[in-house]
Amino acid sequence: MWKDLLVERRSKETLNALFFFALLLLFVFEFALGPDRERLAGALPGLLWLGFILSGLLGLGRAFVVERENDCWEALLLAPGDKSAIYVGKLAGNLLLMLVVEAMLLALFGVFFNLDIVPALPALGVVILLGTIGFAAIGTLFAAMTTQVRARELLFPVLLLPVQVPLLLATVKATEAVLLGEPLGAVAHWLKLLAAADVLYVAVGVLTFDFVLEG
Amino acid sequence: MVRVLGAVTVVALAAGLVAGLGLAPREATQGNVQRIMYLHVPSVWVAYLAFAVVFVASIAYLAKRAEAADQLAHASAEVGVLFTGLTIATGSIWGKPTWGTWWTWDARLTSVSILFVMYLGYLLLRGMIEDRERGARYAAVLGIVAAFNIPLVHFSVTWWRTLHQPPSLMKPGPGTMPPVIVATLLVNFVAFSLLYAYFVAKRVRLLRREAEATS
Repeated sequence: MWKDLLVERRSKETLNALFFFALLLLFVFEFALGPDRERLAGALPGLLWLGFILSGLLGLGRAFVVERENDCWEALLLAPGDKSAIYVGKLAGNLLLMLVVEAMLLALFGVFFNLDIVPALPALGVVILLGTIGFAAIGTLFAAMTTQVRARELLFPVLLLPVQVPLLLATVKATEAVLLGEPLGAVAHWLKLLAAADVLYVAVGVLTFDFVLEG
Repeated sequence: MVRVLGAVTVVALAAGLVAGLGLAPREATQGNVQRIMYLHVPSVWVAYLAFAVVFVASIAYLAKRAEAADQLAHASAEVGVLFTGLTIATGSIWGKPTWGTWWTWDARLTSVSILFVMYLGYLLLRGMIEDRERGARYAAVLGIVAAFNIPLVHFSVTWWRTLHQPPSLMKPGPGTMPPVIVATLLVNFVAFSLLYAYFVAKRVRLLRREAEATS
């Protein structure tokens, strides 16, 4: 219930900034690689996910900081019932936020790099959804852990990025194939890996979140 | 007890060295360089063993809240990172003359280096939390996530690319290695496992003393 509330409120403060950040990322990519269209096209799947992950890091990192700033952390700790419900709620909120940002980023990529992504969109959607679930699942868990730690802005990515390597490899490879117009069947093994990772991460998150929210 | 273990370890390591440098035959194509295998392969084995122990000890800590389990996980993670580093170092030394390069983004090199950074992050998290009880809980959660991630990293990286020679010891069918080499490897396996046990025992005792001193 209150997760909708959270999403609502955050959509005002975080979403605007993230949108701006995504736009800046595009500029940075363009400057870093130069206007050479061939090279851009080759690096595109990687750049796309780099953009997703960087904006995801910023977005997820804030997920629990908001609670602490508003002194809601204690309320979360005291909340009766199963703590895993909080995890699922937070996860859903983060997932939604990330998907919105990713949709915007994708549209911006299409416009600025003059890409025709529309035919690949359904398949791309599947890859992005699977990848984002896993990313948000682990990100939510780690964000909760690092909120109470000093140097949290540093520690969060340091913990998250190595764990995300399999997701990153799988999504980049799958995105590359999909953008080349291949059917989803061609990357079925990557999709299976993503699905397995999603199930695993969400399960571990639900089971261990109790311990994270203890004190 | 620990002292006896240490003495046995020294004897075993010496035996491993004698076997590796003296008993084992010179490899036909690679020459003496190949002898570094007797350090390289047991190091990986110990690293995986150490991370498996971290996993089990983490679950045990979350279930029972015994500080001993936490200390075991901490010690084992440190020793595991040490041996992962050793694996990478010996692998580099072996790779330079045989592959012609210190480092290449081959599947297994990559997956071991991801393990390395993942557990470095684990140690970093531990170092950054002052509250011992909370640090133990968070680290246990991370230890579980990281362990589940190992197979995912393995598969994704293997599909990504591979160059490393296929494993020559555990593969099905008749072994290709002469028994002398297998025996030498086994001696070193035992020696390195003993070394692991000795390091962990020492470190656990140190951690326990630290805990006693600060509480």
